[in-house]
Amino acid sequence: MNTLKYQSQAVAKPYFIFAMILFVGQILFGLIMGLQYVVGDFLGGIIPFNVARMVHTNLLIVWLLFGFMGAAYYLVPEESETELYSPKLAIILFWVFAAAGVLTILGYLLVPYSTLADITFNELWPTMGREFLEQPTITKLGIVIVCLGFLFNLGMTILKGRKTAINMVMMTGLIGLAVFFLFAFYNPTNLALDKYFWWFVVHLWVEGVWELIMGAILAYVLIKVTGVDREVIEKWLYVIIAMALISGILGTGHHFYWLMTPEYWQWVGSIFSALEPLPFFAMVLYAFNMVNRRRREHPNKAATLWALGTAVMAFLGAGVWGFLHTLSFVNYYTHGSQITAAHGHMAFYGAYAMIVMTIISYAMPKLRGIGEANCNKAQVVEMWGFWLMTVAMVFITLFLTGAGILQVWLQRLPESGEALSFMATQDKLAIFYWLREISGVIFLIGLISYLTSFFITEKKAQA
Amino acid sequence: MSESFTKGMARNIYYGGSIFFFLIFLALTFHTVKEMPKRDNRENITEAVERGKHLWEKNNCIGCHTLIGEGAYFAPELMNVYDRRGGGNEEAFKAFLNGWMNAQPLNIPGRRQMPNFHLNDQEIDDLAEFLKWTSELDANNWPPNIEG
Repeated sequence: MNTLKYQSQAVAKPYFIFAMILFVGQILFGLIMGLQYVVGDFLGGIIPFNVARMVHTNLLIVWLLFGFMGAAYYLVPEESETELYSPKLAIILFWVFAAAGVLTILGYLLVPYSTLADITFNELWPTMGREFLEQPTITKLGIVIVCLGFLFNLGMTILKGRKTAINMVMMTGLIGLAVFFLFAFYNPTNLALDKYFWWFVVHLWVEGVWELIMGAILAYVLIKVTGVDREVIEKWLYVIIAMALISGILGTGHHFYWLMTPEYWQWVGSIFSALEPLPFFAMVLYAFNMVNRRRREHPNKAATLWALGTAVMAFLGAGVWGFLHTLSFVNYYTHGSQITAAHGHMAFYGAYAMIVMTIISYAMPKLRGIGEANCNKAQVVEMWGFWLMTVAMVFITLFLTGAGILQVWLQRLPESGEALSFMATQDKLAIFYWLREISGVIFLIGLISYLTSFFITEKKAQA
Repeated sequence: MSESFTKGMARNIYYGGSIFFFLIFLALTFHTVKEMPKRDNRENITEAVERGKHLWEKNNCIGCHTLIGEGAYFAPELMNVYDRRGGGNEEAFKAFLNGWMNAQPLNIPGRRQMPNFHLNDQEIDDLAEFLKWTSELDANNWPPNIEG
């Protein structure tokens, strides 16, 4: 049974499947690192912490990119009311990106990082060894090529079709993603400049253009599952992303407090980043409002749950947990502590992992020819996955926050001479790290439950 | 949301607002980059410091440590390790760092393990120069104390 409006939307399927595979890898490496926090020599000689972390964070970034690309290939043809410009190009780029991703991860795991730098000729154009941008320069070039082909393909599709607010915002977000990634190639010798412009990739992605992508995907799914008038949803979309960029662009300043920068950033960053929760709060109001005003009962209850969940968790993780440590006089003590880790975990899960699972939940039954929704049993198992992962992430965040508060108390607040050393402090935090690791195992169980739901099908013959 | 507030108005706020604030951001960036030489001691970036930064990157030090609070939270902050472990004395710090790097992995059961990166004396010296230069940066008085 074919349930796709446009046949070329089918290219989204391998992107979504591969995203889920990488997600599993991300969580497994997260569990390894979590254990190394308390059993320091666990896998010490085989997978050092820095390698596990690189794999954990890079897999996250790459699976989210696969998810965003799948989302774009799925929703842009439907929004544009035309077939994708070139499904073939989309499939070629899938394999290029997947191969580059797998080779890079294998490179991290199989050879020492310095060897990887040597064999990929890092010295010709050194870009490696910076947090989240650890990929060999040649992988970075590959990412640029894949992004260009991807944007070309989508751009040509939108040009020949209908231009809706959703596909324009999606496109703007994706172009921004590609443009700001170019700063990954700028690695000056002067650490002061290096760090300043590093944030042009990192902050302007996750607290800038990625929010456009999230907003566009959420708006698309809300239109589909609620049947609310497009005009209303698109108006909300504009208001939310306006707030996101107005607060988020100068909000970058909250990363410039403790760099070699003028002190006015402490004011600019504090004021504007204190406003950053607003778009996320608006997103919660909007998602619940639209679902309450729904004009149809969509059979995919799981997709609706994900849509509401991502709004709430993004608000808590990015909004509330971001605000906790964003004011400069607070951040002076919390900068680079476990508070940062707590915020990072819930924000990425709530805003980005969950929005990708929202579109997957909505699109996958159609991509697989099942229909509007999976059978009830599959949805129940999927929703178990939702709750287990989400509640586990809440606990991970709470335990890391507890660890962070204690760390600040012992290591940061006292004067030199009285403060506990970093390593001595870490020993005191062990109980929080153990509890975090247990929560991580529950997260994995949730993920397994979520993935299992894809294999549950109704026994009766299809009509 | 009120009916009199139209989608067109929302769109204009989005485009106008983001362009306006992006331009301010660019202006502040321009000013910041101009001011940076007062705080980054760039005149002290020797070839050894430059080689040290490359070694720092090539061995993914940021994968465990923080540098000015950015990086991983698994191992100590290193912006001020020059002061913490060398007491601000170049010879003392270099001797410490050489001994420390060569002693890895410490193989203390259960303790977090730092790998041995097999750096030679020259490379350890370069790394020390980089960390010394970093310790002299003016990061608006961060970190709050010697423990980083």
